[in-house]
Amino acid sequence: MSFLNLHMYTLAAPLVGAMLLFAVGRFGRRLVTPLVFAALSLSLAASVLVFLEVLTAGPFSYTVGNWEAPYGIELVVDHLGSLMNLLIASVALTACVSSLRRSSAELPERRHQFFTLYLILIAGLHGLALTGDAFNLYVLLEITSITTYGLIALGKGRAPLSSFNYIVMGSIGACFYLLGIGYLYILTGTLNMADLHRIIPLLDGRGAALATAFAFLMVGLWIKMAFFPLHVWLPNAYTDMPDGAAVLIAPLMTKVTVFLMIRVMFSIFSPVYEFIQHVAVQQIIVGVAAVGIVCASAMALGQKDLRRMLTYIIIAEVGYMVGGLWLANAKGMTGAILHIVNDALMTLCLFLAAAAIAHRTGALGFERLGGLYRRMPLTMAAFTVGALSMIGVPPTCGFFSKWYLLLGGIEAGQWLYVGALLFSSLVNAVLFFRIIEIAYFRTPAEDGPVHEPGKGPRREAPQALLQPLVVTAAALIGVGLATGPLVERVIRFALPVGY
Amino acid sequence: MEAILSEIIAKYNYWIYVVLMMIGFYAMIGKSNLVKKLIGMNIFQTAIILMFISAGVKKGGGIPILDKQAVLERGVEAASIVNPLPHVLMLTAIVVSVSVTGVALAILQRIHGLYGSLEEDEILEKIDR
Amino acid sequence: MKEHYTLPQDRPIGPSLIIELSCRIMIPFIQLFALYVIAHGHYSPGGGFQGGVLLGAAYILMAIAFDQKTSMRFFPLRVNTALAGTGVLIYTGTGIACALLGGLFLDYSALAPLFPLGPVEWRSMGIFIVEVGVGLAVMSIMVSLFWDLASGGKLDRGL
Repeated sequence: MSFLNLHMYTLAAPLVGAMLLFAVGRFGRRLVTPLVFAALSLSLAASVLVFLEVLTAGPFSYTVGNWEAPYGIELVVDHLGSLMNLLIASVALTACVSSLRRSSAELPERRHQFFTLYLILIAGLHGLALTGDAFNLYVLLEITSITTYGLIALGKGRAPLSSFNYIVMGSIGACFYLLGIGYLYILTGTLNMADLHRIIPLLDGRGAALATAFAFLMVGLWIKMAFFPLHVWLPNAYTDMPDGAAVLIAPLMTKVTVFLMIRVMFSIFSPVYEFIQHVAVQQIIVGVAAVGIVCASAMALGQKDLRRMLTYIIIAEVGYMVGGLWLANAKGMTGAILHIVNDALMTLCLFLAAAAIAHRTGALGFERLGGLYRRMPLTMAAFTVGALSMIGVPPTCGFFSKWYLLLGGIEAGQWLYVGALLFSSLVNAVLFFRIIEIAYFRTPAEDGPVHEPGKGPRREAPQALLQPLVVTAAALIGVGLATGPLVERVIRFALPVGY
Repeated sequence: MEAILSEIIAKYNYWIYVVLMMIGFYAMIGKSNLVKKLIGMNIFQTAIILMFISAGVKKGGGIPILDKQAVLERGVEAASIVNPLPHVLMLTAIVVSVSVTGVALAILQRIHGLYGSLEEDEILEKIDR
Repeated sequence: MKEHYTLPQDRPIGPSLIIELSCRIMIPFIQLFALYVIAHGHYSPGGGFQGGVLLGAAYILMAIAFDQKTSMRFFPLRVNTALAGTGVLIYTGTGIACALLGGLFLDYSALAPLFPLGPVEWRSMGIFIVEVGVGLAVMSIMVSLFWDLASGGKLDRGL
């Protein structure tokens, strides 16, 4: 076995695990946990090795089936791709510990089907991080979306309706992306990203068609990542999901779609095209991002349910990243890429905490959170670390990415964006301190339906829900302290040439 | 006027696909019955698939099915056959469309079982009550 | 095999000799044609998805013409689930086998040491193996989609 195919094992391990689970899961209920664990651990090991190899030896490209590019499907493993790969693998393994426990409480008789969809989703996400072919991107995007539709519909209450609304909007987004790829194929005759990058600057006289293709691609991806004002599907869909799925999907799906936007902007089109030839578009998009951040933060203030509030914060964070990328300077882009990593970890921490609280109190309305400090001290401590990171307090990682974004905004003179960032930090502070006050200082509410009887007033979440939470909270601080090496050795190579 | 008319007539197939896409898009947004939204989504995806395929058509081109011996002897003349690459790509897109339709239909059955109707306004009324 | 068919009185459409006889004659030929389509995939129109849909259509025809229970007795649910997983495993397994034997993922010419055919012939054979896997998976999924949707999830009686 050579190290040549290592990154394929990150994709193949969850996929094979999913199919084995599907074929035998109905008969071997006790096989679910070891199979999921084995698949995701293999995937994480392979992605760590790939990341180290890219750091030492540089990026490489790989063609599936040994058909040379541009005829075959090419996979590009560069710094940004391997960083995303590592992020997806680590978030997936951390989240699956919590999901395994929560799913046996929420949907006990359907666990093997739930985890089949779960593993196929992770395989699709790994493929998205690695691909270098535009149509392959569409197929993998749809794989991740279809499994997400299925996972959302497994929830309770109005989950099927939210999932259906997500299907309609998500399919519009994917079809717009396909339309953009179609235009590019008609114009250039190729679908390989590197080839498109080479041919597009040579096309003069096709400005309108190229601009239309770019617009379709961007709008399609914006629908998928819930960029304001195309975000309408996200709050319902992410609130009604089963908890076991929310800890995986909420941290990853929108961030991977932001990564795909980076791929389209820098690997297919070039920064010259977007930032210099069409300057007005850049100003408009940063303005829309700023408005989106303000509106999403304001809507988050009005929510009375913890998970719904977190989903509006996700929409605001997407606004940070899109605005940061379109600032057109190195600090802004560095901040946006750093924010992808940081936001995934922060969202993971907050959603894990929400799952642990829901396991004990049964519901997540604010009135149920009273006095949780006494009953679940470790959970609330980890939640506080996540909250501080969202607000942007050093040394947690959230501070560093916001710092880069602020510097980039000031340098580019986008005062609306800078104002929106500061406003959003203030609103996050209000939101989270409100919850911390309820949890730490109010008297405990009457006990809601709990899943397991505890002893005495201290009823911490079970170990399987607590350990990933503590690990993630520690990682928030660890990644924050390691920001310097991360930016120097990885993100600097992910920026396009000339920045 | 002449220029516009000749443009429309020369590229009539693309205009038809645009009309189909808009019909599908309108159905997804404007109709309140959930099944009609789903059918609108199908029409939209089908129109995009048709647009891709018609991008590969050549004047006087034949079907891209060739005799193996003839190709081994004389080679392939690319101008005489229709481009087969969009056909293969669109096969994948059709599979994706079928999968999404399957998932959506299963979810619709679940919605019908929960709420008893498939009209969006009736369902929202039932939820709010 | 006769006891797999539900009695004519119990079928949703009632007893109908014409439908019963014509479907019984057609279904084996549909399945045979589907196998032809799968086998011709790699240098002729056809392939895994198309052949798989035809194979699935045979069982769906049985479910419509007779009764869904008849179709489920000829193609049991356990076999359906197992085949769907096995189909994708054949595909991924071939890819991983190629990778383990030293080539790139899905590089079929790396399978040459297994059976002395030569790298070019192995590429053709590799595509064929993958098409068979895809056909099995697609057949199982098409049939199970129809069964689930037609019976509202309960799998007791169909349309």
